[in-house]
Amino acid sequence: MFCKWESIVLSIGIIMEEPLDLIKLSIDERVYVKCRNDRELRGRLHAYDQHLNMVLGDVEETITSSEEDEETGEEIISKRTRNVGMLFVRGDIVVLVSPPLRTS
Amino acid sequence: MTLVGKEIAVELKNDVVLTGTLHSVDQYLNIKLTTVQVVNQERYPQLTVLKNCFIRGSVVRYVQINPGDVNTELLQDATRKENSPAVGGTVSEAKK
Repeated sequence: MFCKWESIVLSIGIIMEEPLDLIKLSIDERVYVKCRNDRELRGRLHAYDQHLNMVLGDVEETITSSEEDEETGEEIISKRTRNVGMLFVRGDIVVLVSPPLRTS
Repeated sequence: MTLVGKEIAVELKNDVVLTGTLHSVDQYLNIKLTTVQVVNQERYPQLTVLKNCFIRGSVVRYVQINPGDVNTELLQDATRKENSPAVGGTVSEAKK
């Protein structure tokens, strides 16, 4: 019933057994977290658990919202960002966690 | 390391933000706050009378913490330990 993950031994000797191990490699790195309600977080991953509750540092939160222009009926997409020094994120709003962004 | 007694801001899933002193937390991450103040009082006048409150863990979105109240090195080590298969075994191993 439960899929047995093939152990993948990376060249640096870290054993990958389950999906959460990918996040383990990202501890103390800047990660991208996509959340529910069009919220995105970028911050340094300090801690997480099996629920994906997380503690992030130096967080930048981006909230994307769209409203309709009353005259033209066009959809206007606006982004608001804010910065938080240290943030605990409850796991149930987390959609995806992506390892450090090597680009940009 | 505990945040009990420290000043925190709890952001709920309905966008209400409550600041206060952390009195206690339990296994469900239910939170008891003392000396509560609601941020954006004009929008939530009914909440201005709150002094102490209990917050059900499931309605919490974020908890904003003062970075100085957290030892990040300790957190990272504890996370690595908790999620390492060698100590105590992972959840997936327990199911096998």
